[in-house]
Amino acid sequence: MDGRLPDHAASLMPDGPLSIQAIEISKRFGDIHALDQVSLQVDAASFHCLLGENGAGKSTLVKCLAGFYRQDGGSFLLAGREQDIRSPRDAHKLGIGMVYQHFTVASGMTVAENLMLARDDLPWLLNLAREHQALQSFMADMSFRLDLSARVADLSAGEKQKLEILKQLYQKRRLLILDEPTSVLTPAEADEVLGMLHQLTRQRKLTVLMITHKFREVTAYADAVTVLRRGRLAGTGRLPETGTDEMASMMMGNPENRPVQTGPERTIPAKAQSMNLAAERLIIRGLHGSNDRGVPAVTDLDLVVRSGEMIGVAGVSGNGQKELVEILLGQRDASAGEILVDGLPYRATRHEMRLHGVYSLPEEPLRNACVSSMTVAENMALRNFDQVPVTAGWKTGWFLSRRRMVARSRSLIAEFGVRPPDPMLPIDGLSGGNVQRAVLARELGQPVNLLIVANPVFGLDFAAAAAIHQRLQMAREAGAAILLVSEDLDELLALTDRLVVMSAGRIVHAVATADADPVAIGHHMAGGHA
Amino acid sequence: MNMYRQALDSLRPIVAAIVVTAGAFALFVAASGYPAVEALMLVGKGAFGSGFAWQNTLSRAAPIMFTALCVAVPARAGMVIIGGEGALALGGLAAAMVGVWWASRPVVMVLAGMALAAWVTGGLWIGISGWLRYRRGVNETISSLLLAYIGQAVFNFLVEGWLRDPASLNKPSTAPLDSRDMIGNIPGMEVHWGLAWGVLACLAAWWLLRHTVFGFAIDIVGGNPRAAKMTGLPVGRLMLAASVLGGGFAGLAGMFEVAAVQGCANADLMAGYGYQGILVSFAARHHPLGVIAGAILIGGLGASNSLLQRHLDLPDAAAQVLQGLLFVSLLAFETLNRRGGRHA
Repeated sequence: MDGRLPDHAASLMPDGPLSIQAIEISKRFGDIHALDQVSLQVDAASFHCLLGENGAGKSTLVKCLAGFYRQDGGSFLLAGREQDIRSPRDAHKLGIGMVYQHFTVASGMTVAENLMLARDDLPWLLNLAREHQALQSFMADMSFRLDLSARVADLSAGEKQKLEILKQLYQKRRLLILDEPTSVLTPAEADEVLGMLHQLTRQRKLTVLMITHKFREVTAYADAVTVLRRGRLAGTGRLPETGTDEMASMMMGNPENRPVQTGPERTIPAKAQSMNLAAERLIIRGLHGSNDRGVPAVTDLDLVVRSGEMIGVAGVSGNGQKELVEILLGQRDASAGEILVDGLPYRATRHEMRLHGVYSLPEEPLRNACVSSMTVAENMALRNFDQVPVTAGWKTGWFLSRRRMVARSRSLIAEFGVRPPDPMLPIDGLSGGNVQRAVLARELGQPVNLLIVANPVFGLDFAAAAAIHQRLQMAREAGAAILLVSEDLDELLALTDRLVVMSAGRIVHAVATADADPVAIGHHMAGGHA
Repeated sequence: MNMYRQALDSLRPIVAAIVVTAGAFALFVAASGYPAVEALMLVGKGAFGSGFAWQNTLSRAAPIMFTALCVAVPARAGMVIIGGEGALALGGLAAAMVGVWWASRPVVMVLAGMALAAWVTGGLWIGISGWLRYRRGVNETISSLLLAYIGQAVFNFLVEGWLRDPASLNKPSTAPLDSRDMIGNIPGMEVHWGLAWGVLACLAAWWLLRHTVFGFAIDIVGGNPRAAKMTGLPVGRLMLAASVLGGGFAGLAGMFEVAAVQGCANADLMAGYGYQGILVSFAARHHPLGVIAGAILIGGLGASNSLLQRHLDLPDAAAQVLQGLLFVSLLAFETLNRRGGRHA
């Protein structure tokens, strides 16, 4: 091809697919061990999959390899030689390319222009005729093709992902890292893209290292698999010798090793008996909803939550949980289906929330539940600023009493231990745990019948998390129906009465938490079938 | 203590913007071959240098206070409305017509009717933008600007056609108000009562936003629509209400121009107050009390214009250059200030 295409600085390295050896890679973010001495072996021209729960450290590991992060300890051997990868540019020179979950293409431009853009060494002046010639001969060598003059906006999602891969191949990458490349594709598109990558590895043109959650893709394409769990190496295996059961148990850990549930004594037997009698507080029937891009995210979902019961929704993030919560909160419109609270249709109006006692603790409280330009006191009044006592006296109904607002927030701050205890501080000056406490105080500051909770302790330290879990349990004991959506399976196993697994926008598995088998749950989360 | 420091901190970018504007304007004047220092002195003198200058400044400030509220109130609900000029024109026209049709009724009733007509007309006009945003997701900034042009065209069409007073020969106008229905001056000043009403309107808007349930709900919607939806507030309806309220203020600006200055509706109503209001509201960070000060400042720039023209023979556009510079540097310093860490 054109001699002016990426000249590999590390030209001492042999051509062809790269092998990788990661030796005891460690990486910390503050107090958190994202990676703890993780080792990885990927053979040249193999198709290797990296499995693990959310937060297992998969992305951190590949980002170290791609030069986005620098590991705190350990080293990488590429084609048997130790390499110091300090930046993405270093990684490019070594022939390492990365493809992300979301597209990084310029949609207003043509395929040819996007391929040119991807070059690290694009000259200031383009000789378009020559570039096109180079591109055409490059395309001719490829087993799959895209029309060079097509506008990217007109391509399907699968074609865009192919373009991402072509961009990498055009730069003669020898190792391709893919971070959940099929999460935005249909199964058919995914098969096409992965099949093509698989073929390239068989032709010994490329090594592929792919992060995925889907067992189906692992069993269909991978030569080997490495499983991470909580920043540690949980196991490795070769395909097809390694079965999906084995992978699932590596992913979820041994059941004996999972933390035993803590918190107040549970009264499960009594609860189980009364379960059938308890009122069906929230009924969701045939719910459909789309995500921000207009793609269906929640499809035909049915769910019932009874009073005095906490239901956990497990699942790999991006399977419609966020959209489900937003619909229940009133932040997103459902496209079909019905939501009933206490048997009445529910459209998340202020009146209905108050009538039925529906409150919520959404994820990212500063983004979803607070007005960051307002003070703690004002934020704590979001639920009841139009009610007695904040508008009591002659002011009832129309006028605020800021004095009462502040007084009420002082007592909530004391009760829920918000630090620092100053109602006049802007809410975004508080730490994450205290913002969450302030929201919790507001949402639980009155009797609650139905509570919608999403990833309530994400990013919080142990003490803050324990305090919030305790509040949730207290609310349940008081008779509230709680829907807890979480990416942390341990949290769900410790707190909930029943567990459902959400995958591809629907409930695919439901089980009483006492009988829950983490391996089976892992199976369903990964879209497999037990 | 803390509050004073906050107030001082928020003044800093404004002072910086004024200094930079003065410097840039001086450069511009010098580059055009006029004496720069003298020009700056004349701006100060023409705006605030004498009793007469103050009266001129305050007369201009009155309508700007109303048009700035037309930006500030919807902005608190998270909308950027820049079409106050159209609401001013149509509000003024509605007021003028009520004034003519009701000429035989008691003065109080005529004025109240004019104010109501202006309020409703302006409110409905800006309400269109709010409604388009609420129902159709149309960007309210664009729609309000385009509606301002449409509003002015409708105004011209009516004033030059059906509603034209046949006696107005050179300048098409509606029939003049009865002189007894005209709003007079505040005693002891050559400034009409519109100024007092403007200040009152700013105080009322501040009170509404600060101390009412409605105002607090508006602030939540503007501060974070997601949190507003999560707490069940009717976000769309609140935005619509804020835009109607803001448009009403712009309509009142037109009513006072008709009833206190022009005596009828004609093209002189559209003197750019609607656009100056945008500048003032942004400078005041959409705070109704800040609007009072901002309107006086911008009114002063307008007042100094004639002095610049007479003494230095500077072209008419010089005042617009000055305003433009001030607007750009206010926005620039505001952005810098925000980026520089609010919690410092």
